[in-house]
Amino acid sequence: MDLHFTADEPTASEVDAVDAVLGAADSRWHGGQRVDPSEAQTSESGHRTAGQRHLLLPVLHAIHGRIGWISRGALNYACKRLEVPPAEAYGVATFYDMFSLEQAPPVVARVCDDIACQAKGASDLCAGLETVMGPAGNGNASRCGWVRSPCLGQCERAPAVLVTAAGERPWTSVIAPATAQAVEAACSKDSPTDGPQVRESVPQAGQASLQLLHRVGAPSAQSLDEYRADGGLRAWELALELGPEWVIEQVEQSNLVGRGGAAFPTGRKWRAVAQAGGPKYVVCNADESEPGTFKDRVLMEGDPFGVVEAIMIAAFATGSERAYVYVRGEYPDATERMRSAIAELDSAGLLERACPIEIRRGAGAYICGEETALFNSIEGFRGEPRNKPPYPTESGLFGRPTLVNNVETLANVLRILLQGGTAYAAVGTERSSGPKLFCLSGHVAMPGVYEVPFGATVRELIELAGGVGGTGRLQAVLVGGAAGAFLGPDELDAPFTFEGMRAVGATVGSAVVMPFDDSVDLGAVLLRIAEFFRDESCGQCVPCRVGTVRQEELLERLRSGQTIGTLDHERQLLREVSQVMRDASICGLGHTAASAVDSALERFPIFQGATR
Amino acid sequence: MSDQSLADAPDLTVPVPPGPVPSAPVRDQRPEVEVSVDGQSVSVPEGSTLLDACRQCEIDTPTLCYVETLTPVNVCRVCVVELEGSRTLVPACSRKAEPGMVIRTDTERVRLSRRMVLEFLASSTDVSQSPELCSYMESYGADPERYGERDAQAESKTQPAKVDNELYIRDYAKCVLCYKCVEACGEDAQNTFAIAVAGRGFDAHIATEFDVSLPESACVYCGNCIGVCPTGALVFKAEHDLRERGEWDASRQESTDTICPYCGVGCTLSVHTQDNQIVKVTSPLDQEVTSGNLCIKGRFGWQFTTGAPSAPDDVAGDKK
Ligand SMILES: Cc1cc2nc3c(=O)[nH]c(=O)nc-3n(C[C@H](O)[C@H](O)[C@H](O)COP(=O)(O)O)c2cc1C
Ligand code: SF4
Ligand code: SF4
Ligand code: SF4
Ligand code: FES
Ligand code: FES
Repeated sequence: MDLHFTADEPTASEVDAVDAVLGAADSRWHGGQRVDPSEAQTSESGHRTAGQRHLLLPVLHAIHGRIGWISRGALNYACKRLEVPPAEAYGVATFYDMFSLEQAPPVVARVCDDIACQAKGASDLCAGLETVMGPAGNGNASRCGWVRSPCLGQCERAPAVLVTAAGERPWTSVIAPATAQAVEAACSKDSPTDGPQVRESVPQAGQASLQLLHRVGAPSAQSLDEYRADGGLRAWELALELGPEWVIEQVEQSNLVGRGGAAFPTGRKWRAVAQAGGPKYVVCNADESEPGTFKDRVLMEGDPFGVVEAIMIAAFATGSERAYVYVRGEYPDATERMRSAIAELDSAGLLERACPIEIRRGAGAYICGEETALFNSIEGFRGEPRNKPPYPTESGLFGRPTLVNNVETLANVLRILLQGGTAYAAVGTERSSGPKLFCLSGHVAMPGVYEVPFGATVRELIELAGGVGGTGRLQAVLVGGAAGAFLGPDELDAPFTFEGMRAVGATVGSAVVMPFDDSVDLGAVLLRIAEFFRDESCGQCVPCRVGTVRQEELLERLRSGQTIGTLDHERQLLREVSQVMRDASICGLGHTAASAVDSALERFPIFQGATR
Repeated sequence: MSDQSLADAPDLTVPVPPGPVPSAPVRDQRPEVEVSVDGQSVSVPEGSTLLDACRQCEIDTPTLCYVETLTPVNVCRVCVVELEGSRTLVPACSRKAEPGMVIRTDTERVRLSRRMVLEFLASSTDVSQSPELCSYMESYGADPERYGERDAQAESKTQPAKVDNELYIRDYAKCVLCYKCVEACGEDAQNTFAIAVAGRGFDAHIATEFDVSLPESACVYCGNCIGVCPTGALVFKAEHDLRERGEWDASRQESTDTICPYCGVGCTLSVHTQDNQIVKVTSPLDQEVTSGNLCIKGRFGWQFTTGAPSAPDDVAGDKK
């Protein structure tokens, strides 16, 4: 492949940022100085660098972290170094929300205006920011700007803001709950502002009964020695002693089902990958971007060694040669905790019997949580889901058999090995085993991550979090996430289990429980959800690319009363849009983009008589 | 060379080396897979798709992003069928037939999805130059008007064509984002990677890096993207100009097959003419040498016949 580049050159600091990831360029063929005259006649034909495409995303992050946007010259240099066609790299860079391809200020505040934050004053916050910092958008500020963002995974501290600052030493601050003044102050500093402590996100912290959250707030999150002193690495040692077959048997016997949303039996996946021929990979899915979800963040911040220990066990049991942790780009603290936990375990020589573990950062794309989109993202391609079959256990990352599990799923494996699979299976209900984390936000008195054995009802979960907040009068509860469903006040006795949710037409999803009081305009909430899916659709397939736009327009029309034709016409249209997305889309995003809206219109008289 | 001179020529043939005499490849010997399509049992060779099975049953299945010469991307979803046991519909163009599959192609569900896909496309793009799509819209009863004025006026549908070189134009108001041009420019044919999908969601579009013009990009004007574009988004400048002037008239056109005069590869060209003027050049998809692909010379090297100002080389510049 001959590559062709525009004439744009990188600046010295752009070169420096890229070289910090890739090392210095060795020849002019890769954007460096041509020192050896013989190089003038030879061309690297791509075989040496073909294996480097997976570094595209880290390189784009490095550029963006240094100058706050991706210039033409910088993209050219990255492409020369990696031998990636610039049109493709441009396609990749423009896929992610966190990357700007136009000049942008070095400091940017990402202000969540998603549903949980809206319930806690996000609109007022945005209005306040307009006064102190000027209108939203990247273009109008020289030093700091602010943009609206979908859920930042900090919903328990709503309204939430993430400040990112580019430079030689890029930094980030989480401001949550945020005020316009606090955001402005954080943006004007040239160093990070201390954020909230993870312990505060777990109201149950310190309770002896906790199985998954027991280390949150404890010193064991800080260092490997403390972790060992707290009983850490016992599951890993058991695995080494009793072998991969034993591990997989325990996971099978536990009846553990994936916590990432698709509810697939974990043991089946582990077995399939273990039986497949190598090389193979483990991927820990820490992209957590479902609105209302923050449990994986709390696990990674609160017990990073535990999560890494589970990844080591997964790699050992399946015979994988490398593991990746894909953390969403909006989780700087979780990324840092995981990075240092991996580094400590590595320098203690403990990864030798497992495998190397690498962290990859997302860059603002909900769809990259879909497992096959995630593979494409790691590989340096656009985060577009692949068609299935083939499934990841057969052909996943780099086309190899891959075990992909959610953070919380993996965290459960430690409990399973320590207790034994059968004992674990006895916790919870028959069809939904084990302890479970729930994300409570919106109108509850004490928002946070709660751990209870499977079986608790929606009502019990809300009560655990201190009952309905706001006006105290419940209007509706969103369960499972934006891809989940709304329940009415009369459905709270449904157990929040796989079978219990199915019975009421909902799903466990990412275990979101988000009550809304009677002051909330549900129509506005639905519109925000529709906007979320429209924004986050990868755009690959027609039903979802156009369907999510049509759904949002329809809701706008219903809300404003400016319908096309009769209400019946609009209702029919909405039904058909929902059906084609569910039936004909490629991936789960399209399949569920209408679920929450449908469930709400079924239950509540939202657009005067527009119920079905 | 006449027959006479052949007979007189010294015998220069090389002796045939010992070993098996090559024979013509035997026909497909893959084991057969049996599936049921609309209640009809049909056998297809292993590795075939459900689309192959439908075609074998002579069931007309719409396709848009699929073409035999490119890897299926299954993004348009207009070919979906109902597969027993599957929660969602599946794309016929890429789903491999497995023994015992039971599929239905004419259920309410299938018709609804196909109709909606067609409506979605027609409500967001200008499909007027895609006769195939229009005829499917008719047979599925698609009504893009249902989405109202706003979508009829949408920017996606009214954006001006990109005319930045003398050889072909890109009218993305007509683009249905079928990915075919990207595949043809990339791994499936040309290996130039001048264009890719950029942006996300409804903003996704085909672009060069930073949307630079084609002359600034890596494009080598092979025109292979034009050859696969199903909607007339990519067309020869000659065709575009005729259409702009209202002089394009398919009924006055002829196509003549010939061999490209430029090099020894011997690509088949189909030369399309209107009133004895060449208006475009294609190559048959089922042509073994080309699979429909050409290079700048075969595709555009006829402009001298019309006295058009630019020879291809001027436009392409001196790219590697
Ligand atoms: C649009 C979409 C987004 C997803 N996001 C996530 C995510 O952020 N984290 C996650 O673990 N799984 C996510 N999933 C589910 C993954 O595809 C996959 O099923 C999961 O990571 C498997 O892990 P598990 O078996 O441990 O649940 C998402 C799926 C879809 C369709
Ligand atoms: S359903 Fe949506 S997100 Fe999924 S592949 Fe299709 S366009 Fe992309
Ligand atoms: S003309 Fe050829 S090189 Fe140019 S964009 Fe089309 S396929 Fe690519
Ligand atoms: S330009 Fe044509 S070939 Fe390319 S994606 Fe659009 S419709 Fe398909
Ligand atoms: S952080 Fe705002 S909704 Fe989740
Ligand atoms: S033709 Fe099958 S999905 Fe486009």
